[in-house]
Amino acid sequence: MNSAATQPLVLPFDVMRVRQDFPILAREVHRQPLAYLDNGASAQRPLAVIAAVDDYERHHHANIHRGVHTLSQEATALYESARDRVMRHINARSRNEVLFVRGTTEAINLVAQSYARPLLKAGDEILITHLEHHANIVPWQMVCEQTGAKLVVAPMDVHGEVHAEAVEALMGPRTRLLACAHVSNALGTVLPVRRLLASARARGIVSLVDGAQAIPHMDVDMQSLACDFYVFSGHKVYAPTGIGVLYGREALLERMPPWQGGGDMILTVSFERTTYNALPYKFEAGTPNISGAIGLGAALAYLGTIDLAAAHAHEHALLLHATKVLSQIEGLRIVGTAREKASLVSFAVDAVHAHDLGTILDQDGIAIRTGHHCAMPVMDFFKLPATARASFVFYNTYEEIDRLGASVRRARAMFR
Amino acid sequence: MQLADLYRDVILDHNRVPRNFGAVEAPSARVEGFNPLCGDHLVLTLKLEGERIADIRFEGQGCAISTASASLMTEAVKGKSRAEATDIFERMHRLLTDDTADADDAALGKLAALSGVREFPARVKCASLCWHTLASALAVKDVQGHPAVTTE
Repeated sequence: MNSAATQPLVLPFDVMRVRQDFPILAREVHRQPLAYLDNGASAQRPLAVIAAVDDYERHHHANIHRGVHTLSQEATALYESARDRVMRHINARSRNEVLFVRGTTEAINLVAQSYARPLLKAGDEILITHLEHHANIVPWQMVCEQTGAKLVVAPMDVHGEVHAEAVEALMGPRTRLLACAHVSNALGTVLPVRRLLASARARGIVSLVDGAQAIPHMDVDMQSLACDFYVFSGHKVYAPTGIGVLYGREALLERMPPWQGGGDMILTVSFERTTYNALPYKFEAGTPNISGAIGLGAALAYLGTIDLAAAHAHEHALLLHATKVLSQIEGLRIVGTAREKASLVSFAVDAVHAHDLGTILDQDGIAIRTGHHCAMPVMDFFKLPATARASFVFYNTYEEIDRLGASVRRARAMFR
Repeated sequence: MQLADLYRDVILDHNRVPRNFGAVEAPSARVEGFNPLCGDHLVLTLKLEGERIADIRFEGQGCAISTASASLMTEAVKGKSRAEATDIFERMHRLLTDDTADADDAALGKLAALSGVREFPARVKCASLCWHTLASALAVKDVQGHPAVTTE
């Protein structure tokens, strides 16, 4: 057909090949093949990550930034090259803008305590949205308590959508900080962050984006987003737990005092006076999670070896398929029906509590998340104590989603 | 480990039609039970006449295990003395947490249906929430002559 030649060439995504990169996907749970649909909580690791961590532990481990001996130099080089890999992945301007932390939660707490706390005065405002994860609520409540600042919450609609106009309407003369999710962990909603960040910057409001749920599903570019802080966890993007990233605009990080004191973050120490190390080390007190950082570097390098555009298209196709399969189940209500969603579906089933559903699905080898998803205000909004959440990444299949649908039907029949 | 061991007919029935659901009017004790991990929330109200539990009701949100456990509990302790209810609580505690406890403890009657929970460690707290709430409600009443007790 000659029309084919004029269409852009889209190669199909080879799920079966990519699944072989993740050894855990081959295991069974309760004698059923594992269908791992809890990626929003934590994604699995590819061999490349497991091997990189293993290689470091076997051949290169030593403390970093300290020794002149070979192992210390090798460990330092691996750790710092992981930082470079993160910098390229998120297109930061400089490696000084990439700080390693334990995860999203620690990154937000760092910004709350080191950036916001010294700056905020009584009556100042921090603007968040209704759909935030507790990690993007509680650190701000704490800093409000410490400073007398006020937490302002932008609304969402019945679809779980946050409208830019509604957030902008709350940006006032006392708004000092906008902190919002890029993607909602409980609902899947993709927020209009590009516009929100531009609006914040135009009003001189500093911004933080919780990218924990966005980083696995979309390209995130620090130079194209007008964002001051962007935070994410390694384990949601195929890296080990206990490592995450705080991206911060260099000029802001320069002005911020260190968060924790200790080794690695200092230049000189005497009992009279201590001078702090330069970025990024100023914020990395103590021996960091070296193997975790190396694992994160390896995870992002792995993503470089697959066709990410096709992978993300496959994730979107999975979302559409899951939405279709689940909507056909009588008594099932999808919670979060925003126009733009990442690859996750939250749902509630009549007469079947989410925890019972979780147990029944587990017996069928299907792992999903059940509960309030650390987003109790979202649950309150929808008047639900808990939802079930299936979250997909590129290694998931249509067949796994069909199994999910069948298992939900089985649960429903049981409780009828 | 079988699903049918967990979701026995008695449990499905009490989940579908919970007994003693609601609130006792002018209770002698009112205690809330909350599991922050899963969001299960239960309000237990009871009326004591002397040492006897004259009436007991519960309301709240929870999974089938937690709802059935609370429903079965109210049935089991209604009309019992505080000492008898405490004995049932202790037997239930053993049944839910101790693998060596007799799963067919005759003194527990229908409550023994909850023994399947032991095989599902993630769900033990669902079954035990109401029992801890009851223990708290009974203990709280040691202070005689005080108004209705609440955790709020």
